[in-house]
Amino acid sequence: MTVRGGAVEGSALPRWVFVPAAVGLLLFLAPLTGILARVDWPNFIPLITSDSAVTALVLSLKTAAVSTLACLLLGIPMALVLARSSFPGLRALRSIVLLPLVLPPVVGGLALTYALGRRGLIGEHLEGLGISIGFTTAAVVIAQTFVSLPFLVLSLEGALRTAGRRFESIAATLGARPARVLFRVTMPLVLPGLVSGAVLAFARALGEFGATLTFAGSLQGVTRTLPLEIYLQRETDPDAAAAMSLLLVVVAVVVVVAVRGRERA
Amino acid sequence: MKLRPFVALLAAGVLLTACGSSEEPSEASAEPRELTVFAAASLTSTFTEIGEQFEAANPGVTVTFSFAGSSDLVTQITEGAPADVFASADEKNMTKVTDASLNSGDPVDFATNVLEIATAAGNPAGVTSFADLAEPDLKVVVCAEQVPCGSATKTVEDATGVTLTPVSEESSVTDVLGKVTSGEADAGLVYVTDVTSAGDEVTGVEFPESSEAVNTYPITALNDASDEELAQQFIDYVTGTEGQSVLSDAGFGAP
Repeated sequence: MTVRGGAVEGSALPRWVFVPAAVGLLLFLAPLTGILARVDWPNFIPLITSDSAVTALVLSLKTAAVSTLACLLLGIPMALVLARSSFPGLRALRSIVLLPLVLPPVVGGLALTYALGRRGLIGEHLEGLGISIGFTTAAVVIAQTFVSLPFLVLSLEGALRTAGRRFESIAATLGARPARVLFRVTMPLVLPGLVSGAVLAFARALGEFGATLTFAGSLQGVTRTLPLEIYLQRETDPDAAAAMSLLLVVVAVVVVVAVRGRERA
Repeated sequence: MKLRPFVALLAAGVLLTACGSSEEPSEASAEPRELTVFAAASLTSTFTEIGEQFEAANPGVTVTFSFAGSSDLVTQITEGAPADVFASADEKNMTKVTDASLNSGDPVDFATNVLEIATAAGNPAGVTSFADLAEPDLKVVVCAEQVPCGSATKTVEDATGVTLTPVSEESSVTDVLGKVTSGEADAGLVYVTDVTSAGDEVTGVEFPESSEAVNTYPITALNDASDEELAQQFIDYVTGTEGQSVLSDAGFGAP
């Protein structure tokens, strides 16, 4: 995965490669610097501690935490199946798992509406049972889980493949049952991959916008997460939007640092 | 970690994004002249039609539209986007442009729009008045107060003394309509023109209190216009007989 002592590799690199690489880096840095330049610093604290901003941030953190939990519950078994079993159609299954990554979020939101909305394939029957998902916080969690699940599954599947089956086979020959092998050997071995996958999923859930807006709606304290609040405030209060954007950037940076730090450890 | 799927994903993402911003090349016979019009999202169908008529009436002219929320367009214009004409869905956003002295000539009002209740096709919930929307079991979606349709909704609420408890406050009138056409909401407050354009998908319910909040659409040429004469010509066309007939067919009121 990482190559240590890359001095030889570094010197072998043609110099011109650094030019497009620097342009690419600029593409990331320029917008970030743009936010920093636009923030109304004297009012920064009041802007991000306004009632609506705090409500949105709290809702975002809560829903992202619940979706991360849902990702763990559903994603760990999925990754295990993808990495450790073989049956016809496994490749197709893997492609399906990747799908939410490439779908525009608004398409994901529409698809969720067609499945779980009041007139959706499943939602129609739920409605009959008196269960309505649209416009609830549960809808936000479902939308976030939909978009962030692939991050957890991919990270964990990669970790499982890298770890290999050697220790698992040894444990099995020593008489450990499959469940014991899973919890005592496999999972501890891939824990770093699992943690970074969970952190990525959390970050993705925190940033979820399109699917939430389309599927869950936007109501303060119920479905209006921080990205939706930013989108709305931008209409009348660009300063508040910029301040809250920076807040999300900071959270994202913390997440990236947390993942990188883990990888190095 | 395997990298190949990620690379493939990245490539797919780039392709998806690239598709969004293609522009049609101009195919001019007479001397080619170009006009860029920034217009409110609610004008998408009418201005597209007016643009086609205008091009047909003026050979060699190509009109390019950018449709978005009025406040987005104002942001783009103040940030230096190359627009010749700006048509706003409300006076507030036009004022931002005139305050920044980006207009050339005074803005002209060319249309009005009022709110209407959009219900699921056939109006199964039996909504007949604005007050009906306050019914607790009814799932009502409105625009958030920050956007023009939402401030109009607030004005009507204040005038009637009816307080709505919406299940969602959307950022655009299109999102409100989407929630109604998909059946997620029982009713939504949108513009008369949205009900017209949604056709059979929704049933509109007009209410007299809508006159409390009449939205006026102003249009202006911008002082950065590359072809000021053409910009003025387009504005004259919109405010003229042909433009007004397209707008009134779509449900817009006269200014």
